[in-house]
Amino acid sequence: MTTEVAIVGIGMHEFGRTEGVSGMDQGVIAVRRACADAGVSWEDMQFAFGGSMAAGAADTMVSLLGLTGLQFINVANGCATGGSALFSAYNTIRSGVFDLGIAVGFDKHERGAFRVNTKGSGLGDWYGASGLALTTQFFGMKINRYMHEYGISQSTLAKVSEKAFRNGAINPMAWRRKPISEEEVLNSAMLSYPLTQYMFCSPGEGGVALILARADKAHLYTDKPIFLKAAVVRSRRFGSFEVLAPSIALEHNAGPTVDASKAAFEMAGMGPKDMDLAQLQDTESGAEVMHMAENGFCEHGEQEFMIQAGETEIGGKFPVNTDGGCLANGEPIGASGLRQVYENVLQLRGQAGARQVPNDPKTAYTHVYGAPGISGVTILSR
Amino acid sequence: MAQVPVTEGVFTWPSESPQLIGSRCVTCGNHMFPVQQGCPKCTGAETAEVLLGRRGTLWTWTVQGFPPKAPPYAGDVDPKTFKAFGVGYVELPGQLKIESRLTEADPEKLKIGMEMEMVIVPLSTDADGNEVVTFAFAPVA
Ligand SMILES: [Zn+2]
Repeated sequence: MTTEVAIVGIGMHEFGRTEGVSGMDQGVIAVRRACADAGVSWEDMQFAFGGSMAAGAADTMVSLLGLTGLQFINVANGCATGGSALFSAYNTIRSGVFDLGIAVGFDKHERGAFRVNTKGSGLGDWYGASGLALTTQFFGMKINRYMHEYGISQSTLAKVSEKAFRNGAINPMAWRRKPISEEEVLNSAMLSYPLTQYMFCSPGEGGVALILARADKAHLYTDKPIFLKAAVVRSRRFGSFEVLAPSIALEHNAGPTVDASKAAFEMAGMGPKDMDLAQLQDTESGAEVMHMAENGFCEHGEQEFMIQAGETEIGGKFPVNTDGGCLANGEPIGASGLRQVYENVLQLRGQAGARQVPNDPKTAYTHVYGAPGISGVTILSR
Repeated sequence: MAQVPVTEGVFTWPSESPQLIGSRCVTCGNHMFPVQQGCPKCTGAETAEVLLGRRGTLWTWTVQGFPPKAPPYAGDVDPKTFKAFGVGYVELPGQLKIESRLTEADPEKLKIGMEMEMVIVPLSTDADGNEVVTFAFAPVA
């Protein structure tokens, strides 16, 4: 019998651009806020998993938080860094090794599109030199093919962005706080056809920390424990179409998101129909569209109707990216996956303020996706 | 002005009809590009070099609308003179799909399923004044 796991404290440093505050300091602030939320002190933490891509080794935070001697393990797993830290913390408690610990992620990236480290990604210099080492191209090509196969319109892509910025405008932690209309989205610069500037998220800054405890001890820290029913990370299989691939196989595989989603639902003993809301990776608006189907929330092509009908709005049948997603929050790689969980905890506690999903949601889903073909999924319930 | 390839070992050069250089798994026949050891399909460790086909169909595409960061990009990054370029995956029958620059960058002229052929295109000029060339795929007229 494994131990159940609850999230008992959450903390976040505002996403966006915070001049003069390092990425690690943003992580430290998130940790302090999480501790305050759970009513515990840093000294109570028995273990930590943490990571960032560009803002330093997470374990050096202890010199700012206190040298308590706890087990601190750095996690580096690309876009799934936060998800991997959470997966590790979850299983550390599930296995009974520790009772209380923290998962933390933070980052601070330079402005503009990510500069791809071709060597670190196992690619030859010729690849970047020839103008192919841009993740944005992959997103343009994947959604272009998807639109061709399943009849998704550009208006639908723009509506995803419009929704993200509208949700961001009512999220005090978000970076982009100004609504942008569908028309403005469509008329912004065409970066990678069919995706325009306002259809893409930007690298950014921020930090998130989540405190986890054995479920049977959760009442010590909170009267609103949120239970982590599944945390899964999966890598790609042969034949999947992934970012930064000089070639792909003729045969098709549905990709790591489908695998991670299935495994998470199995672990939680639930299905897509049991979920009340979801935060899905929206590196660009097409990704949100495709990930709705890849995670099992609809059939391929149904998104066109669902999004046009407003079903994924906060007040709709199945709200998606209620906090504005990556589009409105930016993407600090190490923190991004944990931000989604933070938002779901708020929603399930009924503390999401102006963007609270109505009718007391009981279950919530998160999904991250990133290079080089990795997906992380969590399922929460109250 | 001499023409030099952006790298050795990715395509045959100089050549009347250049071809991409890939690998074929000795165990299962899976094709890979660029050359690599080890097969991601069957986990076999033995591969042999193979020249890939020069013609295929466009599987998907996009247009690179802004100058990539340099490095790693070797081409023109001056926003005043930068020209958008097409990027796509071309499906080579019986082999694999190759990611490549496209000679066409007009969304009106790019169609999934259209016939494409490999060509060599100029990319930049190196410190010695040589023209650096890379591979691309062009619509078959
Ligand atoms: Zn093989």
